[in-house]
Amino acid sequence: MELLANILISAMIAATPLLIAATGELVAERSGVLNLGVEGMMIVGAIAGFSTVVATKSAMLALAAAIASGAVMAALFGVLALTLRANQVASGLALTMFGLGLSALWGQSYSGLSAPAFPRLFVPGLTDIPFLGKLLFGQDGLIYVSLAMLAAVAWVLDRTRLGLIVRAIGENHDAAHAIGYPVVAYRYLALVFGGGMAGLGGAYLSLVQTPLWVERMTAGRGWIALALVVFAAWRPWRVLLGAYLFGGITILQLHSQALGVKIDAQLLAMLPYLATIIVLVIISRDAMRVRLTAPQCLGKPFHAAA
Amino acid sequence: MLRLEPRREPSGPMFYVAPLLAIGMTLVAGIVLFAALDKPPLTAMQLIFIAPLTSLRGVAELLVKGTPLILIAIGLAISFRGGIWNIGAEGQYAIGALAGGAVALAVYPATGWWLLPLMSCAGIAGGAAWAAIPALLRTRFNANEILVSLMLVYVAVLLLSSLVHGPLRDPEGLNFPESRLFQTSLPILIEGTRAHVGFLVALAAVLLAWVLLERHALGFKVKVLGQAPRAARYAGFSDKGLIWFCFLLSGGCAGLAGLFEAAGPVGQLVPALPSGYGFTAIVVAFLGRLNPIGILLAGLVLALTYIGGETAQIAMSLPSATTAVFQGMFLFFLLAADVLVNYRARWIARRSPAADPHAVSGAAIGTVQRLPTP
Repeated sequence: MELLANILISAMIAATPLLIAATGELVAERSGVLNLGVEGMMIVGAIAGFSTVVATKSAMLALAAAIASGAVMAALFGVLALTLRANQVASGLALTMFGLGLSALWGQSYSGLSAPAFPRLFVPGLTDIPFLGKLLFGQDGLIYVSLAMLAAVAWVLDRTRLGLIVRAIGENHDAAHAIGYPVVAYRYLALVFGGGMAGLGGAYLSLVQTPLWVERMTAGRGWIALALVVFAAWRPWRVLLGAYLFGGITILQLHSQALGVKIDAQLLAMLPYLATIIVLVIISRDAMRVRLTAPQCLGKPFHAAA
Repeated sequence: MLRLEPRREPSGPMFYVAPLLAIGMTLVAGIVLFAALDKPPLTAMQLIFIAPLTSLRGVAELLVKGTPLILIAIGLAISFRGGIWNIGAEGQYAIGALAGGAVALAVYPATGWWLLPLMSCAGIAGGAAWAAIPALLRTRFNANEILVSLMLVYVAVLLLSSLVHGPLRDPEGLNFPESRLFQTSLPILIEGTRAHVGFLVALAAVLLAWVLLERHALGFKVKVLGQAPRAARYAGFSDKGLIWFCFLLSGGCAGLAGLFEAAGPVGQLVPALPSGYGFTAIVVAFLGRLNPIGILLAGLVLALTYIGGETAQIAMSLPSATTAVFQGMFLFFLLAADVLVNYRARWIARRSPAADPHAVSGAAIGTVQRLPTP
């Protein structure tokens, strides 16, 4: 029982950065912006959070710095892809390259340092319940935040006027523009939200999961988050399923060694990437379904016509 | 206020001015960056962009670094022209090196004139086979080729590392994760330097790519697929066939580049062989305007930032990531400057958009987002 609880807890911890980043990217994509720079925004968020916590010892300030830096990166992408109407795929790649370089430059003097332990929830009485207590009431605060954010995003997108406008802009920006909605402004909003979430997801890695700074520590998680959005067919709650599934696969490599499975560590490390490919194949097989679920204006530039 | 007005036709001159603008903006940003890092900016610029060109060794190194960049970028440019986003060249590069290197290790200690061509063929085949995975999954299962090809980079790098730690490790080495030294290496072009014949192959690739794109029906089909996919289908071009072609070609080029690196400057298989050329080549392809001749120049410019960056790192104790930041900024500025190809920036007095006669023509232009092409 204790082992199972530990496995589930570490799966949740592995899943959370993916969940946070994918939730943000989902909002951006629902508004019609395809930002392939998630990896770059995450890694910059990771170092921004880490350097702040080392300097100030404050977890709250660190999270704020991570969110802000991710949002600034997303705004940079917005200038290129929304204002200057550059190709979104190329702009996203540029953002990722820039983010990886910038974070390495920024984090040079932080290598090998470790962050102070992140506060965990403790509810007297509840956390002490065997098995369920630690699982439900003993996690770090960000896990609850990530679930709350997902619920909030699902609610806003499906149940509010703001969500309706964002979705309308993602489905048909010309029609939304004709009714009088400022397409580019809403897209900036969605994009910057996605960037902030990616930054937060990155900070989760460097502040909670490891907690230390290693160059290129995101190791493709930003790209997996992008794949998760496709997996989720752009529906928020399915992101949760996808992220936790991936969390499970990721920790499989850690625990399989503990369980005595003799497979080369490097081959095991391939698992999340291979799983991403397999999942993409299964989800995308039905081309018609993807066409029906994807936002119709995803990745298309918007030209205001009077 | 400053407004962007769509041009009726993409601007020809701007298409070639934009890269120069991007280089200029990167230089300015670089000066700001170095000043912020508290290093003398002009000395740094001199070390990066001029010092390498003043010695024979520097020029030879330019060819060494330029070779993989140009080879990979040529393949990528043809893919990008067709709207096929192969961004996993780094993985195809690693597998090319692995396949070609494995051939040399398999026949060890035999050697001869035949070995290098055999290794090269294995390198091309390895890269193409790795690229065939996203091609198959895209054409057969409709899976997004960007994500698949990128995921495969991580798999390829891990695979190379795993094999070099295991079966391919040098049995006489001291348990270091590296293979035996190859029995053969690429012939050297300039005596006393590391410049090898791979550069001539890269030049040949430039020429072949130019012929393919400008003088061959296949290149025409690829371009139509990229600019007007529906027209391509209407004309009866097989889009699946073209996707396969683009992937195999770009994968083969990347595989060959990887093998050249392994059999040239490195001389063995090591886990650190994939060092980012596959990603930098994306910058090279865009900077070279997806045009073979442009890529030749762009490859040398980016190679210069590598070598100069290294010199500057040692001389001024700069972090090694500086070069990566530069390359990222470079692509940013290039994409930003490219807006001037399709739009005209004009300063006009603020007025209501409805009264603006120029604003109307925008709708006609892009519902499909294209890469700028000549």
